[in-house]
Amino acid sequence: MEKTYYYPEDLKKFGSVREFQPELGEKFFNYYNSVFKEGALTQREKALIALAVSHAVQCPYCIDAYTSGSIEKGATEEQMMEAVHVATAIKGGAALVHGVQMMNKAKSILM
Amino acid sequence: MTTMRSLQGQGHHLSDTFVQLDVLNNHHAGIPPFGARMEAIGLSPLKPTAIDTLQVNIGKMCNQTCKHCHVDAGPDRKEMMTREIMEHCLDILRHHAIPTVDITGGAPEMHPEFRWFVGEIRKLGKHIIDRCNLTIIRANKKYHDLPDFLARHEVGVVSSLPHYVAGRTDRQRGDGVFEASIEALTLLNRVGYGQEDSSLQLNLVYNPTGAFLPGDQQQLEADFKRILKEQYQIDFNNLYAITNMPISRFLDYLLSSGNYQAYMEKLLESFNPAAAQGLMCRNTLSVSWDGYLYDCDFNQMLDMKVNTLAGPHIKDFDLEALTDREIRIDQHCYGCTAGAGSSCGGETV
Ligand code: SF4
Ligand code: SF4
Repeated sequence: MEKTYYYPEDLKKFGSVREFQPELGEKFFNYYNSVFKEGALTQREKALIALAVSHAVQCPYCIDAYTSGSIEKGATEEQMMEAVHVATAIKGGAALVHGVQMMNKAKSILM
Repeated sequence: MTTMRSLQGQGHHLSDTFVQLDVLNNHHAGIPPFGARMEAIGLSPLKPTAIDTLQVNIGKMCNQTCKHCHVDAGPDRKEMMTREIMEHCLDILRHHAIPTVDITGGAPEMHPEFRWFVGEIRKLGKHIIDRCNLTIIRANKKYHDLPDFLARHEVGVVSSLPHYVAGRTDRQRGDGVFEASIEALTLLNRVGYGQEDSSLQLNLVYNPTGAFLPGDQQQLEADFKRILKEQYQIDFNNLYAITNMPISRFLDYLLSSGNYQAYMEKLLESFNPAAAQGLMCRNTLSVSWDGYLYDCDFNQMLDMKVNTLAGPHIKDFDLEALTDREIRIDQHCYGCTAGAGSSCGGETV
């Protein structure tokens, strides 16, 4: 096997994190499963939010899982890419909005 | 429309059912025998509950060559049920209380005896379902009056529309299929199909356009209803979400796209005992164009004939023996038990 930090097969082993700490692991997965149930948001909306967040946190496992998840729940390619753009806009915006802080500081020390 | 040939027409090795069964049994890691999973939930041997539906596959000819087709149908397939076999089917329907006849193909409407067969079944007072691919209605002038014909005979129409996005449907079913399907649905609506105040049923089939499982049927139905109404003013009754079976052309797609192992694992992971209870082979009997009997249309395509002492041909039809038979299962059956289950009528739970 090629040496890499990420193995696609590891996604299937996610549940095995319970091995070292069963109680907290169990609580996490119960919570996780409840979060993704149909609620005020549909399952598809939740999958698309998860897909956007996966890109923001740059988790390859989550990108895999929520690309499939979004497609299964009926999302289109266009909707998925728009979700990724939302993540991009917020990540980019989060950097750019700090430009105001930079400007404030710059203006305070420049003549 | 696509000019793709069937696997058989290409002389493809997967057109041999032994090769398909060999792949399903030996070409992946860690998928336990389906029979063992069924045994673990007390469903072995798998027995029918009753025979409510006779599904008659009247031929493999089709005007389309969809990439996922489990029948390996297409314009190059010439197999067609003879009138003699149709008469046998009618005879069985006449003498047994089987309430529903599900006519499938290929595109069953291309069969020259289709209309005669429908008329005869109606005379027996049976409920008829036509698995209509929609585009046939627009394919040739001689089919333009099909909506009227079907409505007159109160035939329920079940039609595939894998996605409301044109590109998704066309990538699976062929260029231009979406547009022609929308036209056909409009014509069906016009004669009363899928309308609130009408008894003419128009049900759509959603099946995944790739190597993934269908999502929640209710949610998909709500999306389809909203979008088809808003964008095309189309109404329909129910959406059936159907899992693609890992056989025939879909098996070819899985193998050639490198998705086979992961797909089988996904089916196994999603095995649902509740879905297994409602398997369609428990209340359906399938007849092939040449008159053989099968537990379902999938077993038919794998040439796994019914296992009865009376014999597997319609000429040997013996309801008692058939109701008592053991249903033949194999690895493809995982396609019917995944998630909310899958049958020709959608989810099984
Ligand atoms: S899936 Fe239906 S419409 Fe498509 S090729 Fe097969 S029989 Fe024809
Ligand atoms: S493939 Fe046929 S025999 Fe197997 S579970 Fe499905 S309906 Fe039953």
